[in-house]
Amino acid sequence: MSAMRILIVEDDFEAASYMMKAFREAGHLADHAGDGLEGYARAREEGYDVLIVDRMLPKLDGLSLVRSLRAQKVETPVLILSALGQVDDRVKGLRAGGDDYLVKPYAFSELLARAEVLARRSRLGLAEETVYRVGGLELDRLAHKLTRDGKEIPLQPREFRLLEYLMKNAGQVVTRTMLLENVWDYHFDPQTNVIDVHISRLRAKIDKGFDPPLLHTIRGAGYMIRDGTR
Amino acid sequence: MALGKLFRTTAFKISLAYLAVSAIGAGLVLSSVGWNIEHLISDQTAQTISTDITGLSEQYAQGGLRRLVNIIQKRTSRPGAGLYLVTTPLGEPIAGNIASLPPDILNRSGLVETAYQPAGDPRATRRALARIFVLDGGFHLLVGQDLEESRRLRQILGRALVTSLVWLVLFGTFGGLWIARRVLERVDAINASARAIVSGDLSGRLKLAGTGDELDRLVQNFNAMLDRISILMAGLKEVSDNIAHDLKTPLTRLRAGAEEALRTARRPEEYRAALENALEESGRAIQIFDALLSIARAEAGAGREGMRDFDAGAVACDVGELYEPVAEERGIALAAFAEPGLTVHGSRELVGQAVANLVDNALKYGGPRESGQEPKGAPAPVAQGSVEISARRSGGMIEIAVSDRGPGIAEEDRLRVLGRFVRLENARSRPGSGLGLSLAAAVARLHNGSLRIEDNRPGLRAVIALPAAGARREPPALSAAVPGKAA
Repeated sequence: MSAMRILIVEDDFEAASYMMKAFREAGHLADHAGDGLEGYARAREEGYDVLIVDRMLPKLDGLSLVRSLRAQKVETPVLILSALGQVDDRVKGLRAGGDDYLVKPYAFSELLARAEVLARRSRLGLAEETVYRVGGLELDRLAHKLTRDGKEIPLQPREFRLLEYLMKNAGQVVTRTMLLENVWDYHFDPQTNVIDVHISRLRAKIDKGFDPPLLHTIRGAGYMIRDGTR
Repeated sequence: MALGKLFRTTAFKISLAYLAVSAIGAGLVLSSVGWNIEHLISDQTAQTISTDITGLSEQYAQGGLRRLVNIIQKRTSRPGAGLYLVTTPLGEPIAGNIASLPPDILNRSGLVETAYQPAGDPRATRRALARIFVLDGGFHLLVGQDLEESRRLRQILGRALVTSLVWLVLFGTFGGLWIARRVLERVDAINASARAIVSGDLSGRLKLAGTGDELDRLVQNFNAMLDRISILMAGLKEVSDNIAHDLKTPLTRLRAGAEEALRTARRPEEYRAALENALEESGRAIQIFDALLSIARAEAGAGREGMRDFDAGAVACDVGELYEPVAEERGIALAAFAEPGLTVHGSRELVGQAVANLVDNALKYGGPRESGQEPKGAPAPVAQGSVEISARRSGGMIEIAVSDRGPGIAEEDRLRVLGRFVRLENARSRPGSGLGLSLAAAVARLHNGSLRIEDNRPGLRAVIALPAAGARREPPALSAAVPGKAA
């Protein structure tokens, strides 16, 4: 995706500089604010695509920062980072106006994938298409129908939702935990490779016998659906 | 026991208050009875007197003074008679049983209370209620009743009042003291043993009197609290022990790997392999840490405020659907079914994770035996593995059961596997932290439910029983399944 402008609000300078470096390597522009007040001021004044906000910050804590931004009608997507990972912590974070919640420690690939999904969603706006198209694959959300090259492919309801989420974020890396959260609405770590097996089943249905393959495994990160010919 | 302390006790204060209330009550009752009786008597006396006067004045009208004097002399000669006096218009007595009266009494009309001296005993002064009637010819007729009776009655009543009050106060005071002392003795005993337990051995418990009264219930709750505290203490100790052991293990490996890479690696790909290894080890440490935190939080009862109603049957089916492809890949048939409308009040996320852990275990250990583990010469397993998830209502509980057809767990190990980090011998070679079952047990307890490990004949059946929404349940006995005691 095209470069996004990211503001990282994090009081741990070492962690922040790792993040900035990694985001820059991924082709994005990253700024850093060391405390909540600075983060709030910069988020209000400068047009960022995504804010990455630590929950515990000096001067103004992360949740209050997000709440204040939302009160000022700043609708920049916010990803909250926190060491607190229980269900109620997550609910509090999302209720404060956060768009996503990631528990420390995390893999950078996870953070990158989530930030990119958030940034893209805000660029495209809230209007959701009723038909997703990737290559010859066409998913009709209203008719609950999937076709590839005009040929209908029957899917189980869960497979449909899985593919729907992948296609909604076509061209983006989607991690296993993102799939578990968005398709199954669970936040725990299933330990076993349950998601991988669901993906390979789905792949057998949508890619087998067709060319080119659309559902790709991104090593060390997750999955992506994209039109390989472009 | 110091008397001052006794007076300060609640029991004594309460008995004192009751005493005051009943003393006032008794006083009121007795005085009202007395007042009523006196009233009745004086009414009756007045009635008798006026009837008497009417009768006598008729006799006088018919038979004159002689007849009246005759009647009065006859009446006064009988014992217990009323008081009579007939005088001349000047007040000189003609007949009757009154020796003398205060002056001027004879000129008063209506009912009069007066002192008099009886004829038989002129030195005694007594009181009487009397009425004077002036007959034709100016003669005075006095008819009266001695008041000695009613005075005595009042005296008796007064004495009864005082006596009963004295007894009441005596009984009340000593009874109150006795009750207070009895209660205090038990409270003191409870306090003493509680202090001993708190300051020393937390494994001690208070003794029940066996009466089932409120003090016994207090003791029961106190003991339940102590049980809870020792579970938490044991948990804390275990967590620190386990953090020491199971987290230090991957950290040590991580460190050793890094050191070795620094010492020996020369080429970039060697460094890369070492770093990937390090990432994997740190991931394992994080996983263990997360699981430990979840268990600790569930056991401390955190997250209760986030609970809401959800369909446990849907969770069972969701988890089944989530694991079904993995099961199929491993050659295990996974089936899930649920009765409709199994509403549970709690955390869908945690219950989902608990069920997922059970299914994960069933798939890991309950599948067809791998050939490597088969004893030599044994025939290859023919039966395919099968795992079944079911959710049904059983009384006030909702039971989610995960059953497999694997080797199961020996009866003596069943309670033990609920402890943290417990991994039975044949599981050591497989991946896993040994925290799955203890998390499931902690989640069940958080919901006031339980986790049972049963024999599926053959295989293992793990049942999470959760109270159905709306059916409130007392927390289960805490000592029933203490996790980690055997760990």
